[in-house]
Amino acid sequence: MPNVIEVNNLQKSYGKLKAVDGISFDVKRGEIFGIVGPNGAGKTTTIECIEGLRNFDKGEISVLNLNPIKDCINFRNRVGMQLQESSLPARLKVWEIIDLYASFYDKSLNQKDLLKKFGLVEKKNDYFSKLSGGQKQRLFIILALLNDPDVIFLDEITTGLDPQARRAMWKMMIEIKNSGKTILLTTHFMEEAEYLCDRVAIIDNGHIIALATPENLVKNLNGCVQISFLIKEDFEIKILESLNGIINIKIIDNKVVIHGNGKNILLDVVNLLSESKIDFTNLNMKQPNLEDVFLELTGHEMRD
Amino acid sequence: MKGLSKLIITEFKRFTREFEGLFFTLVFPVILLLIFGSIYGNKPSDYFNGFGFIDVSVPAYLGMIIAIGGLMSIPISVASDREKGILHRLRATPLRPQTIMLAWIIFYFLITLAGSLILVATGKIFYGLRFQGNVFNIFLGFTLCTTSFLTLGFMLASIVRSGRTANVIGMSLFFPMLFFSGAMIPSQSLSTVIKNIGKFIPLTYVVNLMQGLWFGNAWSAHRFDITVLIAMSIVMGSIAVKIFKWE
Ligand SMILES: Nc1ncnc2c1ncn2[C@@H]1O[C@H](COP(=O)(O)OP(=O)(O)OP(=O)(O)O)[C@@H](O)[C@H]1O
Ligand SMILES: [Mg+2]
Repeated sequence: MPNVIEVNNLQKSYGKLKAVDGISFDVKRGEIFGIVGPNGAGKTTTIECIEGLRNFDKGEISVLNLNPIKDCINFRNRVGMQLQESSLPARLKVWEIIDLYASFYDKSLNQKDLLKKFGLVEKKNDYFSKLSGGQKQRLFIILALLNDPDVIFLDEITTGLDPQARRAMWKMMIEIKNSGKTILLTTHFMEEAEYLCDRVAIIDNGHIIALATPENLVKNLNGCVQISFLIKEDFEIKILESLNGIINIKIIDNKVVIHGNGKNILLDVVNLLSESKIDFTNLNMKQPNLEDVFLELTGHEMRD
Repeated sequence: MKGLSKLIITEFKRFTREFEGLFFTLVFPVILLLIFGSIYGNKPSDYFNGFGFIDVSVPAYLGMIIAIGGLMSIPISVASDREKGILHRLRATPLRPQTIMLAWIIFYFLITLAGSLILVATGKIFYGLRFQGNVFNIFLGFTLCTTSFLTLGFMLASIVRSGRTANVIGMSLFFPMLFFSGAMIPSQSLSTVIKNIGKFIPLTYVVNLMQGLWFGNAWSAHRFDITVLIAMSIVMGSIAVKIFKWE
């Protein structure tokens, strides 16, 4: 499959801060490619450089064989963007906004169909300021799809949405992908990346620290699992640290979360707890996910 | 120029839906005129070379409307659109920067013109406003004056970072300018000191030109005013184009 996006050794500093420090990756046609990482990892900087909205210091970027800055107008006619930090005029109605944005493009999709597809038909005469967070995001998606683009950029499209609205958004993403479009998205929800993305680049401090399919990233963890339980009384973490295969232990209020690997780890933990006469409830074991991959690779949690 | 007409229409819709812009551009000057008119009337007097208070005030108030556009409306709305990320979203489309600039210029020119026409109509209806100039000349002069203040507005909009700062700077330029330029108080009643300070205030040249043309002066009587206004347009226009930022 041909590459739709090619990024080679992208670098961008703000003063002394190296926000993006030599990032390279390709996105193939029809893929959903995710850039994931914690706050301040450099996701927005990376995607906005690719979108031609920020100047960068070094590196090459090509999208649909176009240079996003030099071939700006042609490029922007063929891609759609949703930005993390942007807004629309408060006192414009939904249909007026869509109508205005449609007038900027060479071609545009039927506006009624889009409103229907994203459930905004009833809201079309409402002011932008009166929309809920989820409705605003759906309007931003409509704007990103308005010109029937080949490539769509989404920067944290689900941040701030409740779980239900997030799920609904995921379904829309899959539909967009199934209509043959290529999506580059950023998120700091590992769950979202796992659910949506064909391939994921995990970035931290402006570097790609892993790039593969979600399954392969998790597989490489050598059977790391997460065990959690609730305790009634305080206890010494230290007694657990002596066990084989423990990677990391955390106590949040009365919840203990253990990451570790090895076949017998669950059994070992339970044995140790009962030997030490520690009361515990709600014992849980979870298969590893991307969150764990991040922890394993960086030694710190996604959200500290 | 894809999107130009839609952008202009959009600006009009936003304008009519927000109280502040409407009030300052269209209502405030009219209220001032009615208040002062009810106090001083419009009887011809030797003090104003045979004209009345309203006859002298209306062309000066045109300067005030022009200044409102350049010192307040443009910097405030452009800076707050930028601050909120509205311009950032626009930039993510094939819309060309020249197109939106032109849309803004046309829009602000039209509302300044609308405010001026309402003011003139009010003067005519309530006080039998007298006019001795040439309509074509006054329109040409108005265009020059408006252009110079629009460019000033875009220059300010390029410098300030937030809508709030734009508001503060706009107000603190607007009211002194109003006072020292004779846009508010007829220059005949200003002291020499104030008039001398007024020489450093761009709005003074707008008021001079508008009043002169209103009473039928020839262009040649206003060479200096015209030179200042053209220079202002060119210098500030090029600064604005150079330093304008979308983010
Ligand atoms: N315009 C800017 N000027 C200065 N520093 C910036 C600017 N934009 C981002 N940064 C810094 O660069 C780093 C990367 O920021 P970026 O917005 O790319 O992160 P991100 O991964 O998108 O984070 P988030 O998940 O919070 O959106 C951060 O440390 C941020 O403070
Ligand atoms: Mg970001």
